[in-house]
Amino acid sequence: MKQKLGFFASRWGIIVVGALIGIIAVYLQKMGNPANMGICMACFLRDIAGAMGLHRAVVVQYLRPEIPALLLGAFIAAVSFGEFRFRTGSAPIIRFALGMFAMIGALIFLGCPWRALLRLAGGDWNAIVGIAGLITGIFIGVLFLKNGYSLGRSRHENTRLAWLIPLAAACLVILVIFYPSFGENMALFRSVAGPGSMAAPIAVSLGAGLIIGFIAQRTRFCTMGAIRDVILMNDWHLASGIIALVVAAFGANLLLGQFHPGFTLGLDETGKLINQPAAHTVWHLNFGGMILAGLSFALAGGCPGRQIFLTGEGDGDAGVFVLGMLTGAAVSHNFNAAGAAPFAVWAMGIGIVLVLLIGFLSIEKGGNA
Amino acid sequence: MTKTIDARGLSCPQPVIMTRDVIKDAKGGRITVLVDTMTQVYNVSRSAEKLGWTAGHEEKDDQFVITLEK
Repeated sequence: MKQKLGFFASRWGIIVVGALIGIIAVYLQKMGNPANMGICMACFLRDIAGAMGLHRAVVVQYLRPEIPALLLGAFIAAVSFGEFRFRTGSAPIIRFALGMFAMIGALIFLGCPWRALLRLAGGDWNAIVGIAGLITGIFIGVLFLKNGYSLGRSRHENTRLAWLIPLAAACLVILVIFYPSFGENMALFRSVAGPGSMAAPIAVSLGAGLIIGFIAQRTRFCTMGAIRDVILMNDWHLASGIIALVVAAFGANLLLGQFHPGFTLGLDETGKLINQPAAHTVWHLNFGGMILAGLSFALAGGCPGRQIFLTGEGDGDAGVFVLGMLTGAAVSHNFNAAGAAPFAVWAMGIGIVLVLLIGFLSIEKGGNA
Repeated sequence: MTKTIDARGLSCPQPVIMTRDVIKDAKGGRITVLVDTMTQVYNVSRSAEKLGWTAGHEEKDDQFVITLEK
């Protein structure tokens, strides 16, 4: 009856995994991924949306191998430990909407929570503003949870069908490897300049994704859950993982000369401000964008990374959230609302109102008790 | 008397919130929590152990029965 839960469930397990993720992410930057963007679920899904032509921001189009690799890593872990099961049916379309708005919010800040931590570890102080917004959004989400918010139950379905999920990810990996001719009238797009053109070698990206996906699935690593559990019940288990990530990434950045502290990188020779890599300094957008993202993650039950790992475990609802994120990236760029773009403030405001509405409409009588 | 909580199919952190709500009112005894993923086994067990309960679990027909005792 009484069973030990093992190393990965222990405090040291999550700390080691968090630190490892931080080091691998910084290593990916060293190997060619954009600065402070070793791993970023929002940015990479956005790049994939671009590669597929869902948006036309030419500097962020690349079929990032990390995303399918993360999913496959989690899938391998789930299958190895007998946890691969197809489950779905908990308000999928609402989860799609939450994924969309989570992405719109994250792209206003320019990063998912993983990248917020990596930006912090790289000295980009705008990340502090973003993380403050993230915490605020999750705090609002916790209020909903305490008052009986629920998207309802999922059901177990025929697990054979869930094999389509890793199959889809494997197809993406094959596309990455053979990257068919891209450009006008051809298949797929690929940036020749900007962040989308910066990438670690495919084998490195795939390997890193597989390793992180595997260990994150085993430990249930979740950046949103980390903050939520501290707010909800003063439980620092997952939080020790994200703290380890920041500390390890900071150390690795120092060693590799990738630590550049400041809200900006100073002035260029013409006196123009140089922003931190893929960042802006409009504080209310950094803060508000992450409120929208944090609230959406909290209401969906996981950060973008966790949603990808859950998808790999056979969670169809998490898969719908990820597809919502892909669509959100298209909306964000097609409506000119990413970063500090003209319509960002509108997207942020409309998003917060609609996600709050989802929250209020999903409160069940009698609460969660 | 054993109290049973059915948290199957619910997302994080609802199973934990439901368990904590019951633990809050119970001085001791035996509580059974039904969940359907190992993630929820981890979460519910860890949360209950922190509050001084012992936790064990077994797999039954594609779901998990967590037994909490104090």
